[in-house]
Amino acid sequence: MSKDNQVLEEFTSKEYEHGWNVNLEADEAPKGLSEDIVRFISAKKNEPTWLLDWRLKAFRLWEKMKEPTWANVHYSKINYQDIIYYSAPKQKKSLTGLDEVDPELIKTFEKLGISITEQKRLTGVAVDAVIDSVSVATTFKSTLGELGIIFCSFSEAVKEHPELIRKYLGSVVPITDNYFAALNSAVFSDGSFCYIPKGVRCPMELSTYFRINAANTGQFERTLIIADEGAYVSYLEGCTAPMRDENQLHAAVVELYAMKDAEIKYSTVQNWYPGDKNGKGGIYNFVTKRGLCFGDHSKISWTQVETGSAITWKYPSCILKGDYSMGEFYSVAVTNNYQQADTGTKMIHIGKNTKSRIVSKGISAGKSQNSYRGQVHIMKRASNARNFSQCDSLLMGDQCGAHTFPYIDVENQTARIEHEATTSKIGEDQIFYCLQRGIDEEAAVALIVNGYAKEVLNQLPMEFAVEAQKLLALTLEGSVG
Amino acid sequence: MMLSIKNLQAKIGKKQILNGIDLQVNAGEVHAIMGPNGSGKSTLASVLAGREDYEVTEGEVLFNGKNLFDFEPSDRAAEGIFLAFQYPVEIPGVSTINFMKTAVNKIRQYRGQSPLDAVAFLQLMKEKMKLVEIDQSLLSRSLNEGFSGGEKKRNEIFQMAMLEPKLSILDETDSGLDIDALKIVANGVNSLRSKNNATIVVTHYQRLLDYIVPDFVHVLYKGKIVKSGTKELAKELEAKGYDWIKNEAALV
Ligand SMILES: Nc1ncnc2c1ncn2[C@@H]1O[C@H](COP(=O)(O)OP(=O)(O)OP(=O)(O)O)[C@@H](O)[C@H]1O
Ligand SMILES: [Mg+2]
Repeated sequence: MSKDNQVLEEFTSKEYEHGWNVNLEADEAPKGLSEDIVRFISAKKNEPTWLLDWRLKAFRLWEKMKEPTWANVHYSKINYQDIIYYSAPKQKKSLTGLDEVDPELIKTFEKLGISITEQKRLTGVAVDAVIDSVSVATTFKSTLGELGIIFCSFSEAVKEHPELIRKYLGSVVPITDNYFAALNSAVFSDGSFCYIPKGVRCPMELSTYFRINAANTGQFERTLIIADEGAYVSYLEGCTAPMRDENQLHAAVVELYAMKDAEIKYSTVQNWYPGDKNGKGGIYNFVTKRGLCFGDHSKISWTQVETGSAITWKYPSCILKGDYSMGEFYSVAVTNNYQQADTGTKMIHIGKNTKSRIVSKGISAGKSQNSYRGQVHIMKRASNARNFSQCDSLLMGDQCGAHTFPYIDVENQTARIEHEATTSKIGEDQIFYCLQRGIDEEAAVALIVNGYAKEVLNQLPMEFAVEAQKLLALTLEGSVG
Repeated sequence: MMLSIKNLQAKIGKKQILNGIDLQVNAGEVHAIMGPNGSGKSTLASVLAGREDYEVTEGEVLFNGKNLFDFEPSDRAAEGIFLAFQYPVEIPGVSTINFMKTAVNKIRQYRGQSPLDAVAFLQLMKEKMKLVEIDQSLLSRSLNEGFSGGEKKRNEIFQMAMLEPKLSILDETDSGLDIDALKIVANGVNSLRSKNNATIVVTHYQRLLDYIVPDFVHVLYKGKIVKSGTKELAKELEAKGYDWIKNEAALV
């Protein structure tokens, strides 16, 4: 009997003990969350016992925790027992042509300048063999393999590289960290794993696009990226295309671990369904993202363009443990209609001579609410720590709101902290100036907004930046005049 | 006739500013509009360009035979109306190059032309840069942000050169320019002059008119053109000020 089967056997024999009887062959777990569901998920994925135990520990802690209410977002209470926590990765219904796809979606794709091939891939239209993404991915994988870079799905990593997962899983975001991180730890479905060996500079942007079976990682995604000494990697998450999902609640966890002299650059474009113009529907996005600058002279840089979701609760953070380590956070968060975003960062300075830089650009339109929440914490040992924060808000119209909640804790008097904040409106004279040069109102807003967000967009990899620019314009379409 | 303004009246909020303006401009002509502060010169320019805050209460404006008020502001620009602003606006993070690229291609689109590719655009830009002696480093910076007064004005003329309008309205483009810059700007305007386009220069100083020689000079006072003449009128104003005109107007 293989080891996996042994685990399975162990589990199935325990089943009765818990008085729960569900067919393991089932593609889907019944609604609700219990210890048995956690066991079911783990068994379905043939996980080793240590991982099951880890999940169970998380679940038990989660049960005792309370959903946080401090964020400046309002939504009707989530019923955690009304959610299905496991369903087998389903093949999306294959369509035969783009004419079967919602024309609204196609229009959006065209405005974003997404190629036909890419449109097909995103909407699940069968793609012909010549441009089969699997073959692209295979070439890609072999290039990475030669360098010793591991880049695979999380489940695959659990099987192939258990020692790495066991060592680093939860090392940056412990299961006790917060309510949603605990929930994710108990029930995470899948995600990405990436390891860059000592001294290796990853020669290409890593993106889930190239990862086979990236589809359907589900609502509880788990990502772990490790850069060994002197390694470098740039990672892209998400895409500018609108992402629809039947799951309303998303609670992902991303952990970054940078050793001595290593650098991790993590870029996100989040464009989940924001709900309709009246604020109906839309994804709740409660994400925990954190990077640990473990080694001296390590660097972690977060760049995010947040345009989607009905509710965004997200604070990509850096723990600057190594001396001379550096953390960066560049963010553009756009809210329109009834969207609510509470996003920002935490920079925890532990090591000496650590530096952090925060550039946050909020844009609110419609009846949306956009909050920046940031913490800069200089610990006792962190002499000569430096932080620079720039938090800007741009308002469009007078029915939206922009808020900033900066928290600064300084325990070492040698710290130098600079904080700048501005709030501005798109001026009518700016718009008129553009109009007078033949630039229509939509294009004028796009131009002004992209100019405003430029410092952040500049941080994105080239092609991504161009798409992100279009995305910003699209998100704000119809929000003036 | 390129521009025909008849009995134009306009107000902002409750305040009546233009009180019946009549003005005819033919292709190939240069008209100067002078007049005391607050007389309505910039307002006239804004109304022609289509600024929303102003409400036209009376009158008609034909541009190349078409009712100007039928066009959206951006379409007026595409139809060939250019306004060099008295106070050019700052747009952070947007370079003049990027701004002009957008403008040029939007206008081309309006005219049913394909967008200029990067090479063609650059070529056009180089040519026009020479004309107004403007440095590329300035054009790469955020539009008007931190520009000196003179740089802003020169940048306006650069944009005018780029867009090759039919009717240019220069609102006090000379103020804030040193003598050398004034000559350069005037040179730029003159070299763009042709029998197919027209220029309206709003100015307080006869000096500019030594370089951009007008065919007609008009004096605007309390929202009306109260006197028109040739370039000699500008010299007379320079020497005598506006009081005699105000007195004349009061008598009417
Ligand atoms: N938004 C506004 N609200 C109220 N009054 C206005 C507004 N804009 C212009 N005005 C008034 O209209 C009148 C004409 O202003 P305008 O700017 O057209 O004068 P101008 O002839 O260009 O003056 P200057 O030579 O000083 O540039 C002034 O009295 C001005 O205060
Ligand atoms: Mg004026």
